[in-house]
Amino acid sequence: MAAQEPGTEAGGGGAVAETVSAICADFGNRPDALIEILHGIQGEFGFVPEATVAALAAALNMTRADVHGVIGFYHDFERERPGRHVLKLCRAESCQANGSNALAAHAEAALGVPFGGTTNDGEFTLKAVYCLGNCALGPSVLVGETLHARVDAEKFDGLVADLKGSKG
Amino acid sequence: MSGATLYVPRDAAALSVGADAVAEAIAAEAARRGEDVRIVRNGSRGMLWLEPMVEVETASGRVAYGPVGTADVGSLFDTGFLAGGAHDLGHGPTEEIPYLARQERLTFARCGVTDPLSIADYTAHGGFAGLAKALALDPAAIIEEVVQSGLRGRGGAGFPTGIKWRTVAGAAGETKYICCNADEGDSGTFADRMIMEGDPFLLVEGMIIAGLATGAGQGLIYIRSEYPHAISVMKQAVDIAAGAGYLGADIQGSGRGFTIEVRTGAGAYICGEETSMLESLEGKRGQIRSKPPLPALAGLFGKPTVVNNVLSFAAVPYILGKGGKAYAAFGTGRSLGTQPFQLAGNIKRGGLIELPFGHTLRELIEEFGDGTRTGRPVRAVQVGGPLGAYLPESQFDLPLDYEAFAAVGAMIGHGGITVFDDTVDMADQARFAMEFCAIESCGKCTPCRIGSIRGVEVIERIKAGIEDAKNLTLLQDLCETMKDGSLCALGGLTPMPVESALNHFPEDFGPKAGSEAA
Repeated sequence: MAAQEPGTEAGGGGAVAETVSAICADFGNRPDALIEILHGIQGEFGFVPEATVAALAAALNMTRADVHGVIGFYHDFERERPGRHVLKLCRAESCQANGSNALAAHAEAALGVPFGGTTNDGEFTLKAVYCLGNCALGPSVLVGETLHARVDAEKFDGLVADLKGSKG
Repeated sequence: MSGATLYVPRDAAALSVGADAVAEAIAAEAARRGEDVRIVRNGSRGMLWLEPMVEVETASGRVAYGPVGTADVGSLFDTGFLAGGAHDLGHGPTEEIPYLARQERLTFARCGVTDPLSIADYTAHGGFAGLAKALALDPAAIIEEVVQSGLRGRGGAGFPTGIKWRTVAGAAGETKYICCNADEGDSGTFADRMIMEGDPFLLVEGMIIAGLATGAGQGLIYIRSEYPHAISVMKQAVDIAAGAGYLGADIQGSGRGFTIEVRTGAGAYICGEETSMLESLEGKRGQIRSKPPLPALAGLFGKPTVVNNVLSFAAVPYILGKGGKAYAAFGTGRSLGTQPFQLAGNIKRGGLIELPFGHTLRELIEEFGDGTRTGRPVRAVQVGGPLGAYLPESQFDLPLDYEAFAAVGAMIGHGGITVFDDTVDMADQARFAMEFCAIESCGKCTPCRIGSIRGVEVIERIKAGIEDAKNLTLLQDLCETMKDGSLCALGGLTPMPVESALNHFPEDFGPKAGSEAA
């Protein structure tokens, strides 16, 4: 794992730069594709490591400040490694109407972390999202690309237990 | 009974209640019984409380069963559902289910009927008829049909689509763009998602027609990252359409070209604002641009650009196919055609309801929705997403049309209807409106960036009973400032849910608020 750890000052840097330039090349080094490229980087590393910023700036002929600005603007891009599973719990109005505020409180208590936090064992990150487009069947939770409907406290606990046991 | 055809939706809402497992269970049970079945993964019909809704093709049409769980599969086979046999979960012929039969499905005519990724299915059900007409017309004639249809932007702003297209067509320049706003971030809305997952070629066709009308050769679809299924289906649909000669340098041998690229958002609600979306498509922070210039004249990369919502493009194939006048025959006043409404929140029978403008909220909530899921009385309904007004029961008979809603300080927006029962605390909802604005503000203008944070604080003070009369006045002042001083609809419309909550439900704002605000 340690050798793979990107974003650390020593080691890794060359590998990170290589990965970044390969992803940028897939998009023709187009600066307008930066959002797609960042999704690619996050797909590769699980987050957007600090060490990728300089490599991105070089590949796309942008300033590092501009790259930083884009990464920081979007809720999707993680600056630190998230948990093995990211639980995206919808906190928007339609889910609120179906009890998502109580679910949110339960989720924080059950995982022992606030929204935005990662459990100590590195298993789960709890994230608030605003609408998953499943507004007639809420509260909804998205894990990876799997959408869960009508999630109550009991279903949430079952989901967490299943994910804990999974290899994912 | 060999060779039965079954439909199990692949729509994200159906998947969220286990449609994949049901499809697998049906395949396994059929194999065990030696039945030969073909399972089509269709879009959703939009009766979401029945999902997963399984349909069986019978001699007398399709028959629906739902909501089907894996545990029901054995008994469905036992009762002969492959021949449409009676079962506790049976609803009879799908098209005769009142929820569906009472609708006027122009845009959603095919959604849930066909295999979303089959061009053969699409054309067999009338697909590409609008494109065929458009290819035979000159650009001005295409635009004329859209103008005549009365179609107004279905993203929420309600600007006449034909006029926008005419502006882009008349703008100088070789390079023009068609951008589809599929950043459907409003809570209570899912119609864009359903089209992209259930009838993606409809969006492709609408965008090609827009390209032909305006002289644009490139289209981009900006889909929010919260919609992984829609992104996947749309990308496949674009590839399939290109392979079949509907996209590329020479559309169906016409000598005219159009390409589409699918792009993914990154979790910013503000990117549903058109100029913010354009910035994001250019790879930048999704900060809004001041208008003018209009995107129609200087949009993506400064070039003339059509920006329309998924539902606007999706209405166009019908308009070209049947004529603008046929579309304009539906609706009322200046709100012509149909609107796919989305019934959501605390509702027994939520789903997609496409109706001509002019029906009432009460019909949707009571007749279609059958009241709340909790069985408690409806107290408030938010129409038009997080920036839309909260309406009390006394306004449920208002006709659903743009002007009637605007007249009472509300909006139809993208057609989302979120129902709350009597346990809702409207001061909390007002606070959330401000909080959401603070979280999602792009930060460019002060009334939105700072005003929303002050708004949260002021509402909290009112809730706590701290100088509530004074703070209510302050909140009203703040709302005026945000409305007048914000650069875009996020800051400018956040006061709408706040003020409507305050006006219609003053009793929720602190102990003395009821008498003070009344």
